[in-house]
Amino acid sequence: MAMNGKGYLDASNLPVKEFDGIIVGGGGSGLMAGLQLAQSGMNTAVVSKVFPTRSHTVSAQGGITCAIASADPNDDWRWHMYDTVKGSDFIGDQDSIEYMCQEGPATVFELENMGLPFSRTEEGKIYQRAFGGQSKDYGKGGQAERTCAAADRTGHALLHTLYQANIKAGTNFLSEWFAVDLVLNDSNQVTGVIAFEIESGEAYFLKAKATVLATGGAGRIYKSTTNALINTGDGTGMALRAGLAVQDMEMWQFHPTGIHGAGTLVTEGCRGEGGYLINKDGERFMERYAPNAKDLASRDVVARAMMLEIIEGRGCGPDKDHCFLKLDHLGADLLHKRLPGITELSKTFAGIDPADHPIPVVPTCHYAMGGIPTNVHGQVLTQQTDGSDKVVEGLYAAGEAACVSVHGGNRLGGNSLLDLVVFGRSAGLHIEDSFKQGIGISDPTNENINDALKNINRVNSSQDGENSSTIKKDLQEVMQLSFGVFRSAKNMEAGIEEINMIRERTENLYLADKSSKFNTARVEALELLNLLEVAEATAICANERKESRGAHSRDDYPERDDENWLKHSIYFKETKEVSKRDVNFRPKVVQAFQPFARTY
Amino acid sequence: MNSIAAEQVKTLKISIYRYDPDVGAKPYMQTMDIDIPKDKDIMVLDALQLAKEADPTISFRRSCREGVCGSDGMNINGKNGLGCITPLSEAVRGNKLELRPLPGLPVVKDLIVDMTQFVDQYKKVQPYLITDKENDGKEIPQTIEDRDKLDGLYECIMCGCCSTACPSFWWNPDKFLGPAALLQAYRFISDSRDVATEERLDQLEDAFSVFRCHGIMNCVSVCPKGLNPNKAINEIKKMLIKRAV
Repeated sequence: MAMNGKGYLDASNLPVKEFDGIIVGGGGSGLMAGLQLAQSGMNTAVVSKVFPTRSHTVSAQGGITCAIASADPNDDWRWHMYDTVKGSDFIGDQDSIEYMCQEGPATVFELENMGLPFSRTEEGKIYQRAFGGQSKDYGKGGQAERTCAAADRTGHALLHTLYQANIKAGTNFLSEWFAVDLVLNDSNQVTGVIAFEIESGEAYFLKAKATVLATGGAGRIYKSTTNALINTGDGTGMALRAGLAVQDMEMWQFHPTGIHGAGTLVTEGCRGEGGYLINKDGERFMERYAPNAKDLASRDVVARAMMLEIIEGRGCGPDKDHCFLKLDHLGADLLHKRLPGITELSKTFAGIDPADHPIPVVPTCHYAMGGIPTNVHGQVLTQQTDGSDKVVEGLYAAGEAACVSVHGGNRLGGNSLLDLVVFGRSAGLHIEDSFKQGIGISDPTNENINDALKNINRVNSSQDGENSSTIKKDLQEVMQLSFGVFRSAKNMEAGIEEINMIRERTENLYLADKSSKFNTARVEALELLNLLEVAEATAICANERKESRGAHSRDDYPERDDENWLKHSIYFKETKEVSKRDVNFRPKVVQAFQPFARTY
Repeated sequence: MNSIAAEQVKTLKISIYRYDPDVGAKPYMQTMDIDIPKDKDIMVLDALQLAKEADPTISFRRSCREGVCGSDGMNINGKNGLGCITPLSEAVRGNKLELRPLPGLPVVKDLIVDMTQFVDQYKKVQPYLITDKENDGKEIPQTIEDRDKLDGLYECIMCGCCSTACPSFWWNPDKFLGPAALLQAYRFISDSRDVATEERLDQLEDAFSVFRCHGIMNCVSVCPKGLNPNKAINEIKKMLIKRAV
């Protein structure tokens, strides 16, 4: 491929590009890290398989949750922290949550200063709306308005602003480059990645003293997802193949309001602005499940309530397989002003105008709370045989690909954009510091590089077998059936069996098109390998966690089990075994929040 | 899309522009019949994915599949648009769907064009906020009315549908900035927080950058987000003329 797209790649003649730092992924966290490094004057490249503004951050709608005290001058980041810990069902790391909630306001103001066109209040401040799971005064003061919004296009506004700031800073982009695998040296330090330029098909070793995985989510392991087609867990797949740990992979958020049939997202901000869910009888059923927060209970709670309504025969439509999100009472003016994007999406994908009719919605796979474990500086951690953490030198992760873990078992709406910018930045800061002090990463051997070329060589040299698209469909089907909102051992064990068979089929993956230039079939084949790793880790971790917590809900273990499972799950590809890791209960400034029964 | 039972499908004739730089032969139109649902409207992108299942060598860009990322701008039965939010019911004429790359830019492969020129023009307008504010850890205040001035400007997704539908951009893609970049220029000129209006206008003051726009309005008719670059361009022209007299 280095030559003509057909050849076998070998370290001996693979071209090398050398950088101080590379960032894989051009979404919110990647661009934030990239900005930090570019401003520090380091020789940096942001490597992205799509032009940066095509990244999935662009689809975020409702806002970025942060206690900037605009809507309520008395708002306090500690209240936001309390809500986030409770939302996580107590397996979010409290040192990380504290860092995010405390650092957040400065970062949001900085984004505004960069030009992010936030909506405004009468006083000219940043507009904040109500979102699920947000309270005042540690749950005692009622609903908080804490989610900073640019209408319902906050992700678009944020991503474009960050891209523009990177243009200003002169960041170097390797746009439409696909990263294949990490290159580790003999001391298990990360020395960069193997990647190819999609347009030419030329492969390179991108050598760096620091590598950041900012590759985003992997929602495409499910058949129905709000995620972009590009969300295939590439960084997570790379980490697993490199023998590194992943954490809490069973924790997948199902967003209550994906448009029925299409899967596209309708923001929680709809309910924040006064919309609510109804069943076929027109009943506002969330009043039964969450008497206080109602439709603004956290997402896991609302998604389960909706599924119960559907299972018990109170779903809407001819097949009684969805619920309705009612917005028509809010009036066309408010919809136009605050929710123009979802008005457009509803017309396009549901054929209805929400000013006149309720939107058909169903819980849809949305977000990975789990991922590559890191500390607050974005440094990737792996677990040693004695159970202790170990920093993986040279490697960082941030954003949805990472598990720092601020979301634990369930993410609160608006916290993902905050996570992206706060931890994208903190990874950048740590790299900058380390670089000043001198980073000792030794060179990889040719054998190390050839190890990282194995997968792409296997795909490039495949002679016959099965096309990636049929295998991918079957994988998505299994995940949807066996690892959805409600789970049971019986279903999950059957699912794991099926995934085993799918893994055997991928051994036989066939790339018929061996052309070099902009070969999207090659990209999709490599993406399938990443999806498979993420799906298998999800399946095995889900079956292993024998309790119900956050987004992980089991018929056979319906209760939360703090005695055994107030823990992170840790998974390795090689052993396919799950071990436990302590949750951090040591915030620096505040007292830790201890677990209590979680009601809304 | 999943495979569909035979009685629920109908046939669509889809014709796709093919060019493979590896082979180097002339581009051609590949026509094939694909099965699409009989009673359900699908998007052009869905139809294209079905075609790719039949022939995996077909190349096109796609990401969000909901009209916000701007990846899949293409020429659909003669009109630029986004594949993912253009329903077949709107696009198909005489049971035929013809897909070509965005016009006016070099074709890399099949429906994929080289966007470099488009992005370079975007970068020329200094598409970022310029302020003289010290970082004091606070927001720059903006009234609701001033923020409203950005509506219709900031929502651009950089899909390129407008600039590649513009004859002035076809003739002078290096000197005329094109509707997308000019919309962006006006977005920052209009921002009450930006202090560089004069500097921005200085850069636009020549015979080509703005004034090659002759109000053909193709940009307005194709914008998948319903934006109006022509209006923004006219506002810039007015400001330039006002300064000159």
